[in-house]
Amino acid sequence: MGQEIIPAESFFDRRFGITSRELDRVLSQALEKKADYADLYFEFRVHEAISLEEEMVKNASQSIANGVGVRVLAEAKTGYAFTDDITIENLELAARTAQHIAHHRDHSLPVPVGQGRIHDLYPLKEPVTDLPLDRKIELLYEMDRFTRALDSKVKNVLISLASEHKIVLMASSQGWVVGDIQPLTRLNITCIAEERGNRQMGSFGGGGRVEFDFFTAGKDYERYAREAVRQALVNLEAEDAPAGMMDVVLGPGWPGILLHEAIGHGLEADFNRKKVSAFTGRIGERVASELCTVVDDGTIPFRRGSLNVDDEGTPTQRTVLIEKGILKGYLQDRLNSALMGMPLTGNGRRESYAHIPMPRMTNTFMLAGDASPEEIIRSVKKGLYAVAFGGGQVDITSGKFVFSASEAYLIEDGKVTRPVKGATLVGNGPDVLTRVSKVGTDSKLDEGIGTCGKDGQSVPVGVGLPTIKIDGITVGGTASS
Amino acid sequence: MTNRLELSQELGLDILAQAREKGASQGDVVMAESEEFFVTVRLGEVEKISQAQEKRLGLRLFFGSSSATASTSDISKESVARLVEVTCAMARSTAKDPSSGLPAPEELAKTIPDLELFDSSGRTLSVEEKTALALEAEGAALHADPRIVNSEGAEFSHHESRIFYANSHGFAGDYPGSTFNLSVTPVAALNGSMQRDTWYSTVRRFSRMESPTVVGQTAARRALRRLGGRKIQTREVPVVFDPLAAASLLRHLSSALSGYSLYKGASFLVDRLGSQVASELATVVDDGTIPGALGSKPFDGEGIPTRRKSVLEKGVLKSYLLDTYSGKKLGYPSTGNAARSVGGPPGVSPTNFHLLPGTSTPEEIIASVDEGFYVTELIGFGVNLVTGDYSRGAAGLWIHGGELAYPVEEVTIAGNLKEILMNIDRVGNDLEMRDRTAAPTLKISRMTVAGS
Repeated sequence: MGQEIIPAESFFDRRFGITSRELDRVLSQALEKKADYADLYFEFRVHEAISLEEEMVKNASQSIANGVGVRVLAEAKTGYAFTDDITIENLELAARTAQHIAHHRDHSLPVPVGQGRIHDLYPLKEPVTDLPLDRKIELLYEMDRFTRALDSKVKNVLISLASEHKIVLMASSQGWVVGDIQPLTRLNITCIAEERGNRQMGSFGGGGRVEFDFFTAGKDYERYAREAVRQALVNLEAEDAPAGMMDVVLGPGWPGILLHEAIGHGLEADFNRKKVSAFTGRIGERVASELCTVVDDGTIPFRRGSLNVDDEGTPTQRTVLIEKGILKGYLQDRLNSALMGMPLTGNGRRESYAHIPMPRMTNTFMLAGDASPEEIIRSVKKGLYAVAFGGGQVDITSGKFVFSASEAYLIEDGKVTRPVKGATLVGNGPDVLTRVSKVGTDSKLDEGIGTCGKDGQSVPVGVGLPTIKIDGITVGGTASS
Repeated sequence: MTNRLELSQELGLDILAQAREKGASQGDVVMAESEEFFVTVRLGEVEKISQAQEKRLGLRLFFGSSSATASTSDISKESVARLVEVTCAMARSTAKDPSSGLPAPEELAKTIPDLELFDSSGRTLSVEEKTALALEAEGAALHADPRIVNSEGAEFSHHESRIFYANSHGFAGDYPGSTFNLSVTPVAALNGSMQRDTWYSTVRRFSRMESPTVVGQTAARRALRRLGGRKIQTREVPVVFDPLAAASLLRHLSSALSGYSLYKGASFLVDRLGSQVASELATVVDDGTIPGALGSKPFDGEGIPTRRKSVLEKGVLKSYLLDTYSGKKLGYPSTGNAARSVGGPPGVSPTNFHLLPGTSTPEEIIASVDEGFYVTELIGFGVNLVTGDYSRGAAGLWIHGGELAYPVEEVTIAGNLKEILMNIDRVGNDLEMRDRTAAPTLKISRMTVAGS
């Protein structure tokens, strides 16, 4: 696109000619009929996707979207309107539509103002979307050649590079205006390996709010390729997973998806204000073994789940969710923090201008413990060692969650032995962490590939975990154990 | 900002003419305009109201056999000119792919039938009337039983759109569509543990929507029957899928039959055309021409008419789901299943994809099981389409002595889709086209249920 890098604050004025005086006028219109709060969310987003398969970069696509969302809060009510045609007339129309919600009300609600400094977590010299297309295409070809040379069983290689450059500007009836420029890039590889008619898949990837040389400087793309091939080859040898209750050891990093599903969603403030979470009313209670301390941290530089400010203008922070097994806090957005009388945590997020913000996770992970990974595995007589996962899902209300291993092994007499395929773990959120009996020294974050879906909205997130041992969780395979 | 252009067939053809001047050999344009509204209520109060209009325009250009796509929501003369430039530049950088290109002119739709996809009554409903529908549905759920103690709310939404498609063969067409949706999610509680469930009605014609009372009471019944769930011992038993759970099996089948999964070797159904891949009781049809159905459309994402086709006939695989590109890769013509988002190249999706009803009532199917599992909900992503390996979290009811005995939760059901399809041994007579993909009650003779 060749966008010069200018501050978000002046970007929308220059591009759409909307001045700060006009913003004030729209916001005060939105507050008519005594609403509590109003805000505007302007967004300009360039997204580019390039993909390779069958040794060809067949597709390149670019999309440009811009728009503005107008929100009005009146107690627990939200009025929202958005348009992709950013003119002052449409802004005024959207404000009138959104404030329809403020009819017939007799109370008012103080909405908290965000505190703290706005971070600068991902200063980039050159957005990936601005680089010449040919350079990105060349990386995909290089990666494809490298992958195919690794093993003759590799039959197909699929690679994709997705990058976006998002400029946002938020203004509220509290008088503040905040802008941010949010880059995001992800490189993924999937390979299909075949041996004697048996086909298996392996996938790997990484990224974050990073520049292009994140992938090339240390040849990380080669590591992604080796991991994807290794996983496919392991799965060629894999047997059917066992079924039934057993001890499970989770490897470090991406298996932190367990925390995201089992704990994280249940601690989002909206579910707790409405008393529909399995964690409702349990702050101060023990919900995990005392080895477990879990945090959500939106302030880690260059991470996929990080943000300088959340999508309603609140600076992100590190929030302790569970400290030594005791439930400490919820993840808040502006509406729920006002209604619950609890402080903002910088977790108000939205997919785009076309979506209403809600409490969401950023980077959610467990802090390291003191057991060595080797000692953890040695302590298991018969169990499962899961190191990579496809995806997971939770039912907030019953607390039941499930997630599926894409690389797992049997542990027999304290040793990792044979690979197994098709293992799904199922459990109960408020119960699973009480069964954590060992926590490793090796806490790490995932590579930067996570996307979380809630109520039809997708946002990028991070997860992390040290090696941990869970005493007794149901493994859903097909082999009788 | 500059003046916005109105979307029209002529605009599409005009953009393609501009692209031809820049040297593009072929191309197509997809445009969509939409209006949407939703209101959510919770515990008798309005919670959210949202209203919006959007327009998007996408362009795909070919330079010989290389191609690229680009899209924008900024639809002005200047922005469209920039879009053409950007797309041309990108298309010169991608690989020459001999299978690429538009469909042949003779494959394109000659007429655009009215499939009754649009109902304008959403415009005459006031915000108050729309809110009342959601309130009524939630009220019906909340009053259904004293054990319904809470609610995640009810929602009424309404969506109107018009899709335009034009390509450089001179084809141009458009069609309108509408959907109305009413859903409610009550929460039931017993002895300190909570269960929720959802019921919904999604239709193209407002008059066909289930009444708010029925939607609310059904949701309540579904949440209530989950209370007091138990875990069970790991074992192999017959598993009965209720129609919503059975539809998820059909979605796995349609993904495995997508031409893209097949030519990449990423499907357990590679090279199985003409063979028995499911039980003789399974006949599956994909039909994009059913008037008023959610998945119907007069032409697909490449301008090819949709049609009715048998996918499985008595378990024999009769047709893949293809667009022009994936069809060429496999050596077959398109089946009219090109799906298109405004911003990207075509993919494949089913239209109205359903397994035809059998003769047994759901009660007869349950009565045929001595010990088994009746599945009403599946969660998680434990399906590997490359191998067919299947293992998902499940909730439902235990069947004992031919009757639904007690709720079951925190278990998984596992098997391999190849065997699951072959092991369909009863098909219900209760098919309802509630979603684009639908199935009647299905019984699978054996699966592993993993619990404690």
